Amino acid sequence: MSIIKLERIGFTYNGGWVLKNVSFEVARGEFMGILGPNGSGKTTLLNVIDGILIPQEGEIWVNGTSCRKLKRGDLAKSIAVVPQESLMIFPFTVQEIVLMGRAPHLGTWRFEGETDFRIAHQAMEMTDTLSLMNRSMNALSAGERQRVLIARALAQQPQIMLLDEPTAFLDIRHQVEFFDLIKALNKSQALTVIGVTHDINLASLYCDRIILLRNGNVHSIGRPEEVIAEANIKEVYETEVTVDRNPLTGQPRVTLLSSYPSEGGNRFNSGAAPQL
Amino acid sequence: MLKYFFLPFFILSSIYVLAITSDMADKIVTFSRVMRVSLCLLTVFIVISIVSLLVGSSQVGMGSLFKALLAMMKGEDLSLFTTEKTILFSIRLPRIIFAGIVGASLSAAGVVFQGLLRNPLADPYILGISGGSAVGAIVAIMTGISLIPFGVPGLAVSGALITIVLVYGIARTKKELHSTTLLLAGVIVNAFFSAVIMLLISTTNNQELRSAIFWLMGDLSLAEWNEIMLTGSFLVIGFMIMYSYSRHLNLIVTGEETAMQLGVNVERTKKILLLAASLVTGVAVSVSGTIGFVGLIIPHMMRMLLGSDHRLLLPSSALFGGSFLIVADTLARTITAPAELPVGVITAMCGAPYFVFLLRRRTV
Repeated sequence: MSIIKLERIGFTYNGGWVLKNVSFEVARGEFMGILGPNGSGKTTLLNVIDGILIPQEGEIWVNGTSCRKLKRGDLAKSIAVVPQESLMIFPFTVQEIVLMGRAPHLGTWRFEGETDFRIAHQAMEMTDTLSLMNRSMNALSAGERQRVLIARALAQQPQIMLLDEPTAFLDIRHQVEFFDLIKALNKSQALTVIGVTHDINLASLYCDRIILLRNGNVHSIGRPEEVIAEANIKEVYETEVTVDRNPLTGQPRVTLLSSYPSEGGNRFNSGAAPQL
Repeated sequence: MLKYFFLPFFILSSIYVLAITSDMADKIVTFSRVMRVSLCLLTVFIVISIVSLLVGSSQVGMGSLFKALLAMMKGEDLSLFTTEKTILFSIRLPRIIFAGIVGASLSAAGVVFQGLLRNPLADPYILGISGGSAVGAIVAIMTGISLIPFGVPGLAVSGALITIVLVYGIARTKKELHSTTLLLAGVIVNAFFSAVIMLLISTTNNQELRSAIFWLMGDLSLAEWNEIMLTGSFLVIGFMIMYSYSRHLNLIVTGEETAMQLGVNVERTKKILLLAASLVTGVAVSVSGTIGFVGLIIPHMMRMLLGSDHRLLLPSSALFGGSFLIVADTLARTITAPAELPVGVITAMCGAPYFVFLLRRRTV
């Protein structure tokens, strides 16, 4: 049975449809990527899944229960979100932030107990943030902060983890570290991951399946080698690319092309390029 | 006389330092830590109160209290001490309790406003909320609404709520809420309300209001048991509400979307907290005027010492804010004795430089 099922979702912010007729299912333990150009509705789709936005049309099923019947607190027990970045105005420590992941499991008056400390401890261990425990969030590097946010999401003990362009502010080393960690958790904990990203190559490398969004519609959905095809990318992103295979993994690899000729020209205007 | 000024400061700081250093061991907020810190700060509060009770423009101090106690133990006639009794328990004590309650109210409200607006520089006075409450209270007195039970505090609370909505509306552009715009909006609204208060006071024939300049600078000298009961009970109610949402406030401070993703009903929580903080501020202002900066300095100091968790921040700020205002008021009534200063003068003189210091640091 699928862990998440979207049925003809339509969403609008009092205007045109941002999402229209979006349907797909995600299986338990799957790593699903959401790709698409700016304004294609990626983040809106993620916010619809995590319950921040309520779709005007359609139905979302989490573990067979309609989201409309779930309270926010109950939803937070199954779905955790790793945001793009998190700038702290007040100096919370790493441990405090991770313990906040226990919030959906606590009552109004309850303080965190032994179990919560143990779970938070484990989450920090898994994300290699234990040594940062008593540091202030603001004193960390962007990569470390992102790991802490994963730890917080893990402390929620979710079945589904949503990633909202989590690597947008990271350099390539930290991007790879981030996705390696998520992939490891995906494999070892059978965690279902749904991630929005701009980086087609990263998605191709890590995702089991990919959804390509265009103007709020699902353009194509399938395995990376099915979705990341030259025709699809050109059509959706309206830009020139070539797609070949990553020589090591065999996954599709996208190369961007500029319309300005570089040394030796490129295949579009090599014919017309001025001979110097 | 001078030693009395330093005595409260000395005790305050020393006990406080002790309390904090003994607390360094664990960083995490647990129920026992909250109780431990609260107990330490309650001790500070009580000691400050007792010391302030013995300080004043008339020479009723330690000596006469001991004599009275001695006489009481010997079973002698206590009628010789009626003057002392009046000064201690009918003049000074109500005022001290009143200062404690008002200080605690403003500090607790300050914590909540800072959290909700995600701005460490927010304070009921700077944001104009106190000014709005004062206008509400004055209007209530001028229109005769004050004759209805809870008329004055009712309108003061409404004034606070209207102001916060107004300031928030001015400062919010599209989706963002900039710190500087918020402060500017507060300053403008505050200036406007000060003018309105001056206008109302200077055009009225109402004798009660004529002497009510205290609304501009804050004054605790009108303390009476009625007011103490009123502010005290509203503080208890407001504090209970704010405290029960303090863990949710932690999450809201890290981002409203994040709080929603962690299961908090953000809109409802914000409304309840805003209402509770306005309630506490409005009631305090309706009887004591606009005492500035308490809600800024105290939460900030507590955050530096104890961390950002509101479950600890809220009770400790309330207790320490109460102690702080008692000290400030003791200074206000003794520094120029036998004349008296409005306590707002003292808090502004401490608070304004502190605000500048914070503004320059900007890293919290």
